[in-house]
Amino acid sequence: MKLKSLMLAACAAAMTAGAAYAEGVKVGMITTLSGGGAGLGIDVRDGFMLAMKKTGADIELIVEDDQRKPDVAVQLADKLVQSEKVDVLTGIIWSNLAMAVVPAVTAQGKFYLSPNAGPSALAGKGCHKNYFNVSWQNDAFNEAAGAWASENGIGKVFLMAPNYPAGKDMIAGFKRFYKGEVSDEVYTKLGQTDYAAEIAQIKASDADMIYYFLPGGMGISFMKQYAGSGAEKPVMGPAFSFDQGILGAIGEAALGVKNTSHWSKDLDVPGNAEFVAAFQEEFGRLPSLYAAQGYDTGLLLASAAAKADVKDADAFRAALEAADFQSVRGDFKFAPNHHPIHTIYMREVVKEGDVVTNKVIGVAAKDHTDVYGADCKM
Amino acid sequence: MNLILLIEQLLNGLQFGVMLFLMAAGLTLIFGVMGLINLAHGSLYMVGAFAAAAVAAATGSFTLALIASLAAAALAGVIVEIVVIRRLYDRDHLDQVLATFALILIFSEGTRWVFGSFPLYLDVPAALSGAVALPFGINYPAYRLAIIGFGLLVALAMYLLITRTRIGMRIRAGESDREMIGALGVNISVLYTAVFALGAALAGFAGALVGAIQSVQVGMGEPVLILAFVTIVIGGIGSIRGAFVGAVLVGLTDTMGRVLLPVLFGTFMDPSSATAVGAALASMSIYILMAAVLLIKPTGLYGSA
Repeated sequence: MKLKSLMLAACAAAMTAGAAYAEGVKVGMITTLSGGGAGLGIDVRDGFMLAMKKTGADIELIVEDDQRKPDVAVQLADKLVQSEKVDVLTGIIWSNLAMAVVPAVTAQGKFYLSPNAGPSALAGKGCHKNYFNVSWQNDAFNEAAGAWASENGIGKVFLMAPNYPAGKDMIAGFKRFYKGEVSDEVYTKLGQTDYAAEIAQIKASDADMIYYFLPGGMGISFMKQYAGSGAEKPVMGPAFSFDQGILGAIGEAALGVKNTSHWSKDLDVPGNAEFVAAFQEEFGRLPSLYAAQGYDTGLLLASAAAKADVKDADAFRAALEAADFQSVRGDFKFAPNHHPIHTIYMREVVKEGDVVTNKVIGVAAKDHTDVYGADCKM
Repeated sequence: MNLILLIEQLLNGLQFGVMLFLMAAGLTLIFGVMGLINLAHGSLYMVGAFAAAAVAAATGSFTLALIASLAAAALAGVIVEIVVIRRLYDRDHLDQVLATFALILIFSEGTRWVFGSFPLYLDVPAALSGAVALPFGINYPAYRLAIIGFGLLVALAMYLLITRTRIGMRIRAGESDREMIGALGVNISVLYTAVFALGAALAGFAGALVGAIQSVQVGMGEPVLILAFVTIVIGGIGSIRGAFVGAVLVGLTDTMGRVLLPVLFGTFMDPSSATAVGAALASMSIYILMAAVLLIKPTGLYGSA
């Protein structure tokens, strides 16, 4: 089960500024490569690898599979820090795993770059000078969606999420900037696959729109069942439920659904089209937002490695803070709590030829940042 | 909560129960006849769903996909029985659990190896898509009605098979006295393989039926497996009739619990804590049911001591 791959980019080192330093950066990636949810980890890894290939940075990468288990992730982090002596860690997909690993590794003076997952605890009181979130704070997409719904005259919503901390955070995030009324708020069992009961409630409710967060297989099941139920209320959610890896499995049932995301494959910013084409050529599939996050994480790391020696922690940190790279989601800056300031877009699921995919239809929140930064004292 | 919504939810509960029955029937049969705890039953469910998705993608026919799911799961069942399970009948339950747990891991990673890590696409056939109008103004998804129909048909076929045919007689004999039917000249190893293949085929069929409205992905079998175990414990291990009654009870309890408990708590609590308490209690409801049944009948509803 243990997947371990070593990538040495030494051959490419001669071509880049990164070669100015005798020793490259040693990076440990802990991500989910087996079990349910492996698609996300594989996309992050592949996006990161693509960025390494593009920049040719002098980086040694060790990839480990956490199997989506916090205890395994903690063991791997110990191993990477103590035996492999990595300088930077990255890769974790899930908030609960991040909470188990990140505080421990940053306390040992290592850098951690989050390519996914942004639990509020690490953005507020628990922030750390060596922790950088390249993806999003958990509430971001939901806050933007709530703001968009208010602006677009949605008077009443039906909210649904799994009954666990991230699900409740997402719904709280939506409600933070939503000014309308909430008709129902339903929390389902984590891992639930049959939503007939909830769909009947939705049909009977007087809401104008359904807003839900059901990641992975839960979202696939819900959307297929919803489309077949004869219910006609419009549906909206954060991008996780309508991402490229999932849309293929939902098919046409997802058409017309609106979702908020910081990235989309048709986003017209420099470097994005090139990234999408390169990813498709390298891996034979369309990139997902996780792949884009992995790619941005790789670019950020390469930009810092080109400017400073990782052994000089202060200089390396300053190089990371500068975020001197061309993100595939356009303008990207770090807020003082090392979380992104970025634009959240509204996307709609459309059919292009035979492929069901997302299209940007507008901006949901410009230069969005999280609300927890005020509690962060570095 | 009006009457129409209540009837619709009862139908949902029935459909969920019938789907559980397809899983539980095979599991209880295998346990009853061979005394084997088969944790890999969920993997056979997954095999059926993946086979159906692959055939549907290649041919576009849902009928062929269903046939493929039956065939693939039965074949996987036969191979597993001959290669692994056969060696486990005389071992104790702990060895069986260990070996069949290993099979789960092998099936999961093997499926990922063949089909990749991303969920597959399997949709309901065009003829059964959308909703049909039932009396009292209920609009109910046609495909869910079809699942109820298929499940009841399978239940009837199983009943006839067990009570009216020669192979059914041997299965019943195998349940009550294994050594004796061997001594009477019945080829016990062929019987065991056949029973295992039958159970596997039912699981695969359930996987394909449910895959069309859920997500066809690696690991999809494990949550259902747990529910199937709860079902056969409630119904009485080894009893097909018990599996049916248990499945419908679990389906109804789970669905009605999810719908009614938050409403019930809402009558005397503020809405947000009613939602939280109701949702938490609803996810426990079937286990509470199981505990209550076992308290009154320790061998399950139709189990023999």
